[in-house]
Amino acid sequence: MQQKQPNAMWPFDSQSSAGVRALVRPLVRYSPLLVIAVTWETVACLSLLPANVLPSLTAVLASWLRLVGSGEIVTNGLDSLYRVGLGLLLAVVVGAGAGLFMATSRLVNVFIGPLVRLFYPMPKSALIPVMVLWLGFGDASKVVLIFLGCLLPVAISAFNGARGADHTLIWSASSFGASRLQVMRDVVFPCALPELLSGIRIALATSFVLLVSSELIAARRGLGYMIGMLGDGGVYDAMFATVLTVALLGFIADRGYLLLMGRMLRWRAS
Amino acid sequence: MARVVAVPSRAAVSLSNHTVLRRAFWFLAPAITPVLVVAGWEFAARSGGVSAFMLPPISAVMVRLGADVASGDFFLNAALTLYRTFLGFAIAAAVGVTLGVLMARSRLANWFLDPIVSIGLPMPKIAFLPVFILWFGLFDASKITIIAVSAVFPVVTATLAGVQGVERELIWSAQSLGAGRKEIAWEIMVPAALPQIITGLQVALPTALIVEIVAEMMMGGYGLGAAMLEASRQLDSPDVFAGIIEIMAIGYGVVAAAGWLRRRLLIWHQEDARSTAA
Repeated sequence: MQQKQPNAMWPFDSQSSAGVRALVRPLVRYSPLLVIAVTWETVACLSLLPANVLPSLTAVLASWLRLVGSGEIVTNGLDSLYRVGLGLLLAVVVGAGAGLFMATSRLVNVFIGPLVRLFYPMPKSALIPVMVLWLGFGDASKVVLIFLGCLLPVAISAFNGARGADHTLIWSASSFGASRLQVMRDVVFPCALPELLSGIRIALATSFVLLVSSELIAARRGLGYMIGMLGDGGVYDAMFATVLTVALLGFIADRGYLLLMGRMLRWRAS
Repeated sequence: MARVVAVPSRAAVSLSNHTVLRRAFWFLAPAITPVLVVAGWEFAARSGGVSAFMLPPISAVMVRLGADVASGDFFLNAALTLYRTFLGFAIAAAVGVTLGVLMARSRLANWFLDPIVSIGLPMPKIAFLPVFILWFGLFDASKITIIAVSAVFPVVTATLAGVQGVERELIWSAQSLGAGRKEIAWEIMVPAALPQIITGLQVALPTALIVEIVAEMMMGGYGLGAAMLEASRQLDSPDVFAGIIEIMAIGYGVVAAAGWLRRRLLIWHQEDARSTAA
C-alpha cells in the first residue's frame, strides 16, 4: 500500500527510472524481513540466547554456503524436488480427470463420490506409517503419499469447476455435433480451469508439507531427512540453514506457480 | 447395473416397477464402492495374495479397533490428540483474527506483517518442527507451537480479506452513530467479515490436525499419531491400520462439526444463507 505514495515523495521520478523502481519496490515491501534479520543477528551476537538455541544469522549463512559447496544440500534438494514433483504431477493428472468425469457423468459421481467424501477430511499424514510399511524408506513411499494427499483437493476443485460450467454452452456444443470427449476438452475443461488451478495451488502447499513430514519421520535422503539428522547431531547452524532452504523452496514454488497460473488464465481477463 | 425386471402383466405396473428399481439403484449406488472396497480388502487379505503383514484382513483390524475402544486406549489417545489440536488451533484463531484486523486498520502493522504473511502462507511450516523441539522440548509446548504457527496464516489472510471487503456504508453509519475505532473493529468489521473468517478457520482446522499427527509421530508419547508410529516400529500392522481408521474417524468428525458450527453461527447472515440454499 505504501508504494502508492504521491510522486513528489518518490526520489526517482523520471520515466527512465522504471527499472530502478521495480528494484526498489520489493526492497521497501520486504524491508520488515531485514528488520527481523538484523534483530536475529543482534540477539545472537550479544549472546542473549545461547548459540545452540539460536545460531547467528551469519553462521547460518556460512554453513549454508558450506552445504552448497559440498553439494550435500543440492543432491538432497534434488531428491526432495523429484519426489514432490512426481507425486504432484500424478495427482494433477489423475485428480483432474477424475473430477471432470465425476462432474459430467452421474454414474462416475455416484461410484467415486462417496470415496472422495469419505477420505477428503482424513489427515493424510496418517498414511505415513503405512507407506513406510508398504514401500520402505525410499522415493516410492513419498511419491505415493504426496499423490494420495494431493489427489482429492485437485479432484474436488476440478469437480466444482466443471459443475459450474454453463449448461447452455455444453448443449450448444453437443447440438453442433461435438462428441462427449470434445465437449469435455473444449467446453468443460476451460470452464473448470480457474477453479482447478486454485485447487492445484492448495495441493502444491500440501505436497510440501507431506514431503517434509515424511522425510522427517522416515527417510534416508532428502531435505527433511537432513534437517532431522543435523538436529540430532547438534549441528544447529546447518539445521537452520536447511530449514530456511525448505521454507524458501516452498515459497518460490508457490510464486512460480502463481506466475504460471496468471499466464494460463490470461484469456479470461480480456 | 442390474436392470433385469420381471415382466409384469400390465404396462402401467411395469413402468412403476422400472422407476422403483431405478430409484432404488440411485439410492443404493453410493454404498456400492465403499462396500466393494471393504470386501475387496478382506478378500485380498484372506486369499493369501498379499501377506497379512502388508495388509491384515479388515476383520482383524476391526477386532483390534474394538479392543482399543474397550481398553480405553483409543479415548485416551484421541483426547490428547484433540486437546493439543484444539489448543493450537484456538491460539491460531485468536492471534490470526487479531493480526488480520490489525493489518486492515493500521498501516504500520500492514507494512510489517504483509511480507511475513505472504512468505509464511505458502511456506511448509512443518520444516520448523525440529527448531521448536530444540526450543521447547519434546512435550506439548513444541507440538502446540507448531500447530499454532501452521494454522495461523490462513486465518490472518482470510480475516484481512474479509475486513477489507466490509461495506463502507456500514462503517460510516457506525461512525455517524458515534462508534469508536475499537467498537468499529470488533462490533462491525469482525461480525460482517465472519463468513470469510470462518472459511479461513475451516482451512486452518484440518491443517492443525495434520500437523499434530506429524508432530506426534516425530516425538512419540501419547496420541493417535504416536500410537500408530509405535505400532509400525513394532511391525504390528493391524494396529497401524486401526490407527488409520481412528484418525480418519476423528478427521471426519472434526470437519463435520466445523461445518455444523458454521451453519449455526451464520444462520443470521443473509449472504451465507443464500449460498448454502443455492
